[in-house]
Amino acid sequence: MSRIRMVGAAVTGIALALSLAACGADEDPLAQETGAASSGGAVTVGSANFAESELLAEIYSQALESKGVEVKRSFNIGARELYLKALNDGSIDLLPEYNGALLAALSTGGAPEGVSKPEDVLGALKKVLPAGTEVLEQSTAEDKDTLTVTAETAAKHSLKTIEDLKAVAGQLTIGAGPEWGERYQGLKGLKEVYGVEFKEFKPLDAGGPLTVNALKGGQIDVANIFSTDSSIVTNKFVVLEDPKSLYLAENIIPLIRTEAKNDTVAGALNAVSAKLTTENLTSYLAQVQVDKKDTATVAKAFLTENGLV
Amino acid sequence: MNFSYLFDPEHWELGVPGGFPQLILSHLGYSALGLLLGVIIALPVGLYIGHTGRGSFLAINAGNAGRSLPTLGLLMLMVTLLGLGLLPVLIALTVLVVPPILTSTYAGMRAVDHGVVDAAKGMGMRPLQVLFRVEFPMALPVIMGGFRSAALQVIATATVAASVGLGGLGRLLIDGLAVNDYSRVLAGAVVVAVLAVALDLILALVQRWVVSPGLSGRRVRRATAAT
Repeated sequence: MSRIRMVGAAVTGIALALSLAACGADEDPLAQETGAASSGGAVTVGSANFAESELLAEIYSQALESKGVEVKRSFNIGARELYLKALNDGSIDLLPEYNGALLAALSTGGAPEGVSKPEDVLGALKKVLPAGTEVLEQSTAEDKDTLTVTAETAAKHSLKTIEDLKAVAGQLTIGAGPEWGERYQGLKGLKEVYGVEFKEFKPLDAGGPLTVNALKGGQIDVANIFSTDSSIVTNKFVVLEDPKSLYLAENIIPLIRTEAKNDTVAGALNAVSAKLTTENLTSYLAQVQVDKKDTATVAKAFLTENGLV
Repeated sequence: MNFSYLFDPEHWELGVPGGFPQLILSHLGYSALGLLLGVIIALPVGLYIGHTGRGSFLAINAGNAGRSLPTLGLLMLMVTLLGLGLLPVLIALTVLVVPPILTSTYAGMRAVDHGVVDAAKGMGMRPLQVLFRVEFPMALPVIMGGFRSAALQVIATATVAASVGLGGLGRLLIDGLAVNDYSRVLAGAVVVAVLAVALDLILALVQRWVVSPGLSGRRVRRATAAT
């Protein structure tokens, strides 16, 4: 008994010492670090907390590294609400963005009316970008937020567009990332633009495995899945059309801090954007999500196969 | 970083979805269910092992193995296997509370003075009487200790329920982080901590009440006066 207790005490002691050491080494995670992180020539690349964003960030990173730019990776930060703050305070310098969603996030009350084509979105976006940041050239690759249902649900309620949801949404549960409860291109916009109010909102993950599996298993009826997700085809899910363009053009575009931008960086990233298409992005993303390949390997394959390295 | 979310009276109104009362209630609900299941599983097993001395190897090792299982990882595994819902969360929380209850029950039973057990047998008590009228009451302070630490852990850990779409105070942490609202994260952290400490204090009172005064040394004078 005493022996057990001694071992227990020793283990507790060590654990305590370790946790204290960890505390000491850590700085205040919420402290503002204005500009400090981006000094020294290295470009810090960030990403959102879903597979595609990480893949794109890794492609950007490797493209920059092949041009001799020093890169720091700070991936999987979180939702837009979180990483835009990191970009603004200089914790990160560069990340892959989606022009429409970024525009909607930066404009109060959703995106301006009548803006849905890629060029219009880009034009409107450039007007609302925070000071000290800019976007480079956008790619033709698009990845939209979608409202997706199973084929059975679509047949049962004869759903083709988001408008069709209005009559039945009161009986349906929707699953999406927790930020959806409060952002305009989420429940707010659905209610305002389409008058759609769901019975229940289940905060899960941003188009990730939790959401896809919950839709498959019937624990949710409608899911926010990204249009490049290969699980839509694999599971014969039905993507509801968006006739009122709540979700705008969503071209992938590098968002960068002006102080981190130079000709080498811009050249490397614009070359990536020129080669990205919705089709090749979908297939490379499937290698990560379905074949469970390492993001770095897939990014390297993308760059090699498109003659970028 | 401020306390505005915590002290906003709107968030404390009863019956508001996502308000503190509703979140605290669901949080306590998950915790209570996890604890209940844990007690149902661990207490009889611990009593049996402690009473008979058989299978103590199992108790110690299962206890230690259970302690080292990360709850969040287990929860994600259960969600992958069973889908979303209350069940995966309950399994993860039960696995969390079984080890402290099991090991403390076993340890409490083993620490009962053999002389007392022998005396009870000598007085003609049947095995179950020995167990419930002698061993269990004498082991109760240690068992309650294990139960209290289990309760503390489960309150602190029930926040994981929010990561798989359920409610509870974890909602404040997860949603607050997702939309960059640190005031909300802080509110969630504070309420969880206060809840855990408050519950431990209540359980300390319960312990005083259920443990025989002959063991805890309280009210000794009345006990002697009675003899």
